[in-house]
Amino acid sequence: MTVTPARAAGAVLLALIALAPLVPMAGMKQYVLHVVIQIFVWSFIGQAWSLMGRFGLVSLGHGAFLGVGAYAVVLLWNFYGLTPWVGGAAAIALSVVVALVVAYPCSRFGIIGHYFALVTLAVGEVVRLLIIAERDWTGGSLGVTLKAASDASLVAMQYADKRVWYYAGLGLWLFGLWVWARLDRSMARAAMEAIGEDETAAACVGVRVTRFKLRITVLSAALTALGGIAYAQYITYVNPETLAGIGVSLRIVFAVVLGGMYSLLGPTVGTALTIALSEWLRIVFGVKFIGMAETIYGLLLVIFIIFLPAGIYGSLAALVRRRRPAPVPATA
Amino acid sequence: MIDPIFLVEAAVNGIMLGGVLALLALGLNLIFGVLDIVWIAYVDLVMVAMYAVYFLVMVYGWPIWLGGLGGVVVGVALGILVHLLIITPILDSPPVNQLLATGGLLFFLQSIATFLWSTDHKSVRVSLPSIELGGIFVSYPRLIAFVLSILVMVGLYLFLTRTFIGTAIRAVSQDRGAMALMGASPQKIYVVTSAVGGAMAGVAAALLSIQYSVHPYFGAAFGPITFMICVLGGLGNMVGAFIASFVMSEIIAIGGVVWSTEMGYVIAFALFIVMMFARPGGILAKRQ
Amino acid sequence: MSMLELRTVTAGYGQFTALWDVSLAVERGEAVAVVGPNGAGKTTLLRVISGVIPPRHGDLVFEGASLAGRPAHEVVAHGIAHVPEGRRLFPKLTVAENLKMGAFLPRARKAYRESLERVSALFPALAERQKQRAGSLSGGEQQMLAIGRALMSRPQLILFDEPSMGLAPVMVLRLFDLIRRVREEGYTMLIVEQNVRQVLKLVDRAYLLEVGRVRMEGRAAELSEQDFVRKAYVGL
Repeated sequence: MTVTPARAAGAVLLALIALAPLVPMAGMKQYVLHVVIQIFVWSFIGQAWSLMGRFGLVSLGHGAFLGVGAYAVVLLWNFYGLTPWVGGAAAIALSVVVALVVAYPCSRFGIIGHYFALVTLAVGEVVRLLIIAERDWTGGSLGVTLKAASDASLVAMQYADKRVWYYAGLGLWLFGLWVWARLDRSMARAAMEAIGEDETAAACVGVRVTRFKLRITVLSAALTALGGIAYAQYITYVNPETLAGIGVSLRIVFAVVLGGMYSLLGPTVGTALTIALSEWLRIVFGVKFIGMAETIYGLLLVIFIIFLPAGIYGSLAALVRRRRPAPVPATA
Repeated sequence: MIDPIFLVEAAVNGIMLGGVLALLALGLNLIFGVLDIVWIAYVDLVMVAMYAVYFLVMVYGWPIWLGGLGGVVVGVALGILVHLLIITPILDSPPVNQLLATGGLLFFLQSIATFLWSTDHKSVRVSLPSIELGGIFVSYPRLIAFVLSILVMVGLYLFLTRTFIGTAIRAVSQDRGAMALMGASPQKIYVVTSAVGGAMAGVAAALLSIQYSVHPYFGAAFGPITFMICVLGGLGNMVGAFIASFVMSEIIAIGGVVWSTEMGYVIAFALFIVMMFARPGGILAKRQ
Repeated sequence: MSMLELRTVTAGYGQFTALWDVSLAVERGEAVAVVGPNGAGKTTLLRVISGVIPPRHGDLVFEGASLAGRPAHEVVAHGIAHVPEGRRLFPKLTVAENLKMGAFLPRARKAYRESLERVSALFPALAERQKQRAGSLSGGEQQMLAIGRALMSRPQLILFDEPSMGLAPVMVLRLFDLIRRVREEGYTMLIVEQNVRQVLKLVDRAYLLEVGRVRMEGRAAELSEQDFVRKAYVGL
């Protein structure tokens, strides 16, 4: 691996991120860590979404996987005292089942584009409404609080110290990047193979593409559920509006598209920007103008989508590429 | 065991609700069919028009029918504005961007409504009694809403089948390019379509105003079900959307009595998902 | 002055150039064919004229007005009707509604009744199937409807794009009879066609297009006598 300026900058940046919790920031520290943890977790979820999104599988129901993951792990702990390590595995398995139940017929019957988006939207709403309907268990629309463990422990996956969550979030984010990059490479290979084959083999390639899509959906759902679990364990409170349904599903998609879903760091850039934006707007407007922050957020989203269709990171990357005199050969 | 009379009452209420849902589904379907874009924020336009009706009637003291017409005008204006400001620049964008641009509008409308009018539920008070028919109570406003929505749908049907521009709207949904060869400016047809879609939203707003109170999240409550109906019925298929509206509203109404409102919606959505798999040909035939 | 004149038109899609410096003229009352092999740029030529794609260079003049780069719906308003490749009917609309759409232009809308009578007289088969959906018509009837729909706009010039494509051999002959009937009504027409033998019997003049350039032009009778054309296209 050669050392390029970009790689060196990346390494330095990563080191800075890793060391950030050690920097004294007085009273601001808890807040800053909180914001960054959120960025890590939601970027991870955004990366999980973009695995599908870049393939044209635009899901508007990723809240379903988030909700299934988060609620399963919280309820298993609250009612059965099951450690999140086991409960989490169960939650991920459950979300994979949900993904398969939806994705298999979708790919089997060729449901794509708007229809796929609307089917997934329905799935997200079903999960949200089921959570509300089963209020004896789930607390309905009021949500449910994760029962506190007797002390901070690895078994309960509960820590009051934000630094622990900071590093856990960092790990999760890096894991997401790794998955993204690996898949990107194998995807490139699959595409090359498809082009390499002659026309008579196209049918076989078609079958493989279908299976590949199915696998991607399962992977995306599992990772999204993992993100939901991490979020629930960190916040220790789950609520159907923040973790299921159309609202959160749209937010995930927004962040990714805003950043650019075809690039490695796109989801992160988009998520960081949207979270920073909404935090900033919240500070500026506080409780004085309820709804103002969200209004501006919505307006900016529309403007960004119209004027930066390739996303912020994607547009910038394209700009840099155009400026560069000699085209750098693709790594793939 | 539930008293059968409640079930019958629920079924009747379901039909009443179905009328208004059908208006929304037809409006959205029309736009979807012509522009090939889902207005995620469609029912949020209804919400804004409902606020308009509320303010015209309750604050400015307009008679209810005039306030309702005001709501329709607001709906038309919103439809045209959304088309010109948001849809026109993204006509050729990838579908995900189109979904998100109107999705961003949803956030915008929801939160600006919260900002301007708070999250309080606001209702247009119409003192009309319920009618009793053989032990079944039917609310008078609902009956009015149902009858009017049927009339408006008949009007829409006549517009789409009897007029040049209405026929052109149907033609564009079948072949965009060919309609340009007939001398129709696509942009003009799009604007008319969006205006008609907005008018449907406005009429629905007026009719919903007399039955429900309005709040910023009204669109979130009725939006998803409207998309489902729209797709379930089939693109450009007026009769299909019409029937789907009543099927869905019956499930919601009866499910609501037997279990809970949420379960009613869950069953309706689950049915939608199953139907998408069971009858994709009917729904997707045009696309492939 | 010619009714339609193309002056050194170059056009294409993206990086690809389909037409190179094509010049062509159609006089009032004339029937002109553009023939040539697949991929010669014939369809592109018609698309440029009807405004579906803009020319990159050159000019397009119709009745003294430059139409280069005008969108399709404005070109129709100038009096050019297009019978597109593959017919492009509105399959779910009825025959009557398809014809109605042909008369969408304000000018044509005023004369709707009269145009309908003319088309019905020309194509009685269509008049019998008014209420039937266009998608349920036979191939020949669909072509008839596509032509009828173009006539409804009261054009001065009709463009035909591969009208015989996809028709059974028997139907092809009947189709050319139909076009001949339209021709006898006095319409000016420009026909792009692969069936060179049939089309040369119908038109006054023809252009031979090859790989995006005009290879030959002349009177139809002369062109069909050329050894080269006979061997390559007429199949004699």
